[in-house]
Amino acid sequence: MGKTMAEKILSEKSGQDAHAGDIVIAHVDVAAFQDGTGPLGVRQLQKMSLEEVRARRSVLFIDHAAPSPRKELSNDHMLLREFSRKTGAILSEIGEGVIHQRLVESYARPGDVVIGADSHTCTSGALGAFATGMGSTDVAIGMAMGKSWFKVPETYRIEVNGDFTPGVGSKDLILYLIRMLGADGATYKALEFGGPAIDKMSMESRFVLSNMAVEAGAKTGLIASDRKTRQYLKARGRVKDWRALAPEEGAKYERVIVVDASKLVPQIAFPHTVDNTKDIDKGRGTKIDQVFIGTCTNGRIEDLRIAARILRGRERAPHTRLVVVPASRDIYLEALGSGLLDIFVRAGGIIMGPGCGPCVGVHQGVLGDGEVCLSTANRNFRGRMGNPDGFVYLASPATAAFSAIKGQISDPREFFARRQRKKVAKPGKRGRRGRKIHR
Amino acid sequence: MVLRGKAWKFGDSISTDLICPGRFFHLRSNLPELAKHVLEDADPNFASRMSKGDFVVAGNNFGLGSSREHAPTIIKLAGVSAVLAKSFARIFYRNAINVGLPLLECDTDKIELNDEIEVDLATGMIKNVSKGIELKAHPLPKAMLNILNDGGLLAHIEKHGGFKLD
Repeated sequence: MGKTMAEKILSEKSGQDAHAGDIVIAHVDVAAFQDGTGPLGVRQLQKMSLEEVRARRSVLFIDHAAPSPRKELSNDHMLLREFSRKTGAILSEIGEGVIHQRLVESYARPGDVVIGADSHTCTSGALGAFATGMGSTDVAIGMAMGKSWFKVPETYRIEVNGDFTPGVGSKDLILYLIRMLGADGATYKALEFGGPAIDKMSMESRFVLSNMAVEAGAKTGLIASDRKTRQYLKARGRVKDWRALAPEEGAKYERVIVVDASKLVPQIAFPHTVDNTKDIDKGRGTKIDQVFIGTCTNGRIEDLRIAARILRGRERAPHTRLVVVPASRDIYLEALGSGLLDIFVRAGGIIMGPGCGPCVGVHQGVLGDGEVCLSTANRNFRGRMGNPDGFVYLASPATAAFSAIKGQISDPREFFARRQRKKVAKPGKRGRRGRKIHR
Repeated sequence: MVLRGKAWKFGDSISTDLICPGRFFHLRSNLPELAKHVLEDADPNFASRMSKGDFVVAGNNFGLGSSREHAPTIIKLAGVSAVLAKSFARIFYRNAINVGLPLLECDTDKIELNDEIEVDLATGMIKNVSKGIELKAHPLPKAMLNILNDGGLLAHIEKHGGFKLD
């Protein structure tokens, strides 16, 4: 019988023939903390006088409250820096970016076991790693001992066919899947994404799928490591970290879900749960006080490019604030170098330093009572953005950017349809503002 | 061990954001202070009015969302004896066992606010004294029972020098 990706990786890392349902103790390749969960983990290790790190890579990310808005948090950061000095754990300082983006850029490899004290650690699954979120104590033990225990999950195979309509993308696909499965529809399971649409998809878009696997309750969201994965790692000077990894022929799946990408329309998650998702029609016209483009879900260069393409030469609605947060320093630099940040600022936006931004309600855009935010993040729970009386809607970067201009939830397909019509009408001609039409 | 207390009733999808709100992020290294805000966004009166030994009783998918271990930690620190729910989110479940907070999965529709509850952790029997009915919780998986019985993950590792799950 063939193995799923989860079974394959956990077999390799535990040295036993692992199948769904088994409990294994596996080697940990990467163990990660962030500044909201690391201080508790460090104190747990101090209690045990176990201040050492044995995982292949142990990394501490300061991203959730970065730079620190309060002295209490500054002191937490000091504790992490001190732990790094003592143990040799790598420190990812303020300004370097969000844990999950930094993990895929520099640390996680196909076939790795990655544990992080942050639920969206599953993001690295898009590289073909068994990556999962745990609590502070589990990660502390995993970091110090270089191993952790796992129940080998059953797998739901998500097979995606067809081509996306312009203005619809991987964020809409994953919101649609969570809507279908429910917030606990895949609890304890691994999701494994594949099929022609996933093969064609950029790594940036694949990360979005794996990132939000946990929003259906899943333990991880795996994608085969292929040529695209190799290109991504190669571009980061990490070609040696690449290996091919795919599920085996005849792997046993608890469920197979087939989705036709060409039938998808933009999706909106309504407050206050991620599975409260509807087609964009149902949200059209909802007035927005703040648009937030960023996070470990949608703060990547591809996301900023599509948002900039829509916002170029336009301005945000007067009543709608626009906050843009690149997910890492490299993304920030690329956006800066290619003029994207210029477009956002001219559109009336504000650019924050790389990190989590206002996603967790700590700083940089906390909502007022009754205010509405349209966010590209992965969560919209009550109180998420710092105010239990705020309302968070989730959408793709294209929907967020187009809605920022309109000041209300608006369908980005309108933007792309208009461009399509223009292209057909005046082939090779110059655009309205004398700018060459890019094709 | 038999636990006794009153039921506090919550609905479905109680997220870790509701249990331990992000706006108190700066209190995460001050757990006694953070515990004063436990479940505040789900029921603003809970923390101030609950008595030590009371139970948190909820619907489906309790503890979904963020991996913050502070959520089960402050529920325990506030004096809650156990959480009873129809189902739990994965990370919360593992965290609760790691910090020694007992969880029981059962049909919580049979429990109402202020009902007197008795729970026998060894057998998983739940007695609703007010209604005169008995419920049976799904047993914990062996690996997790071992960790809970040792008093949480730290105590488990210290006792066995590593994982001892079977």
